[in-house]
Amino acid sequence: MAYVTVKGGEQAIDNAHAWLAEERRGDAAVPELSLAQIESQLGRSVDRAMGEGSLYDRELAALAVKQAQGDLIEAAFLLRAYRTTLPRFAHSRPVDTATMQIRRRVSAVFKDLPGGQVLGPTYDYTHRLLDFRLADAGSEVAAPRAGATMAAMPRVPDILGHEGLIEPDGPGPSEPGDLTRQPLGFPAPRDVRLQALARGDEGFLLALGYSTQRGYGGTHPFAGEIRMGEVSVEIEPPELGFAIDIGDINVTECQMVNQFKGSKTTPPQFTRGYGLVFGFAERKAMAMALVDRAMRAEELGEEVTAPAQNVEFVLYHSDNIEATGFVEHLKLPHYVDFQSELENVRRMRREVARTTERAETAE
Amino acid sequence: MKGYNFAYLDEQTKRMIRRSLLKAVAIPGHQVPFGSREMPLPYGWGTGGIQVTASVLGADDVLKVIDQGADDTTNAVSIRRFFARTAGVRTTTHTADATVIQTRHRIPEKTLRDDQIIVYQVPQPEPLFRLEPSRVETRRMHSLADYGLMHVKLYEDVARFGQISISYDYPVMVNQRHLMSPSPIPAFDNPKMHRMPALQLFGAGREKRIYAIPPWTEVRSLDFDDHPFRPIRAPHPCGLCGATDAYLDEVVIDDRGGRLFVCSDTDHCAERRAAGHVGSEGLQEAAE
Repeated sequence: MAYVTVKGGEQAIDNAHAWLAEERRGDAAVPELSLAQIESQLGRSVDRAMGEGSLYDRELAALAVKQAQGDLIEAAFLLRAYRTTLPRFAHSRPVDTATMQIRRRVSAVFKDLPGGQVLGPTYDYTHRLLDFRLADAGSEVAAPRAGATMAAMPRVPDILGHEGLIEPDGPGPSEPGDLTRQPLGFPAPRDVRLQALARGDEGFLLALGYSTQRGYGGTHPFAGEIRMGEVSVEIEPPELGFAIDIGDINVTECQMVNQFKGSKTTPPQFTRGYGLVFGFAERKAMAMALVDRAMRAEELGEEVTAPAQNVEFVLYHSDNIEATGFVEHLKLPHYVDFQSELENVRRMRREVARTTERAETAE
Repeated sequence: MKGYNFAYLDEQTKRMIRRSLLKAVAIPGHQVPFGSREMPLPYGWGTGGIQVTASVLGADDVLKVIDQGADDTTNAVSIRRFFARTAGVRTTTHTADATVIQTRHRIPEKTLRDDQIIVYQVPQPEPLFRLEPSRVETRRMHSLADYGLMHVKLYEDVARFGQISISYDYPVMVNQRHLMSPSPIPAFDNPKMHRMPALQLFGAGREKRIYAIPPWTEVRSLDFDDHPFRPIRAPHPCGLCGATDAYLDEVVIDDRGGRLFVCSDTDHCAERRAAGHVGSEGLQEAAE
């Protein structure tokens, strides 16, 4: 057999893409998914793609989920690659979650509080029994309605703040950092850390948050409050000099309240761990709040021993687009380096064989 | 391409990258952090190299893209197409015809000229990362030129195996100052970097670092007086063109241990065959 160098990569790529498109569509006898269906019926997938893709656009996220065949990391990647081409007009003013249109609000630290506990559309108390009625299309569901509550819902940390029991938030940066424009530097300020966490992989943050609960950098957390709902986004164009509302977004916020014994300069008080994520993403918001607090160990004079407390470790590995790229790039050809390793191992084996032989002759 | 700027990146981004490139050229081998963008290709596929290429590419440039030395590997095809689509530049497989060469894992066999630029795709710009994972620490080591850790690693190799065991991504000292990763090229290619007439640019997208070697810069592979650097290559002639001085791929041709060694640089091999050089397998190929 004569060896002929491999050609035709271009055709192979085109064919692979065509196959992918056909497989994405699936059985042509089954109706094609519409973006509206994905947006409204696979909302949690859309939310996750938006959060990790760090682009708030439900329709584009639905498109990304469809294009990625439901692979949410791939969907987030599609959104990121699109986002990077968009111009940046302004950065918003901090969203005021105290004025959120609440859909869910629970606190684990008070039995009752102004505004009450609002369960909202939660899985928390569902029994995880497969609901075979859902297998049949056409079931109509309607939840009972209550009048919109206009009662104020102060945030739990604000309630604790009146008594000075929890650390104040401190002034924010005048200009927020943006790690999609500036490379990460260390020490990384908290705004940049929170941005990295908000864009970070849910699974990674979940595992890290969990590790803090099992003794790897304990933070003694209480879920002070979790709230989910709509907040308005405002920008303040310099030429106007006042803020204008540019739209509403759904977010989930988690404020962890953590024990802190105090230091020489600070009396004992509770400290904060903060999580804020696009859409309904309670698991991630909670994990984020745990990891945020864990990463503050050094600043609060705690010993840094665990992975979750190591800012460099967390920030360099939380991004699943970076992680998936580098892990998966191993499938690209590496045969040049492997050939080098082959020759290297052969050479080293020859050396070992020679030494052994010499030793045997000497005996 | 409609809806996109020339060579995909917007001009502000290119300017930012060019500023980083200038700084990199001014401090040979020093890793310059840059605001790496999220590209429409995955990290690990060459996003750093692509951003560097996009920033130096002009309408008159002729681009060559290789992966593993070959122009027709899938990722090379994909990146070449990306620039053909987004920049509309001419592309070539001939090393001599290219003004910009983007590469992954190889340096072409043909000596590059001073009117050419070679852009390396870099997965891990930090040469010390296997010895010290913290980039805060390694940055400090670079600033102090504190490279003892690497010398100890090489010494330990010699002590344990009688030789240095690194066969690719073999660390180099640039301009007698900065320890640098040559990217995962085989150590065989390292000597080509030394006093290369062409400008050498390195882009690491995921790690957000750019570095460079200006033309004619001294690039030394680390070694010891009594254990000099030895480039590794399979001790065979190319089966197709008979070259004895080119880096070879090892191709498995049957399940009985049969191997064929052929040039990894496909353009080099084709050029030699066109000039009448024939290897043992090439004769057969010509006969068929």
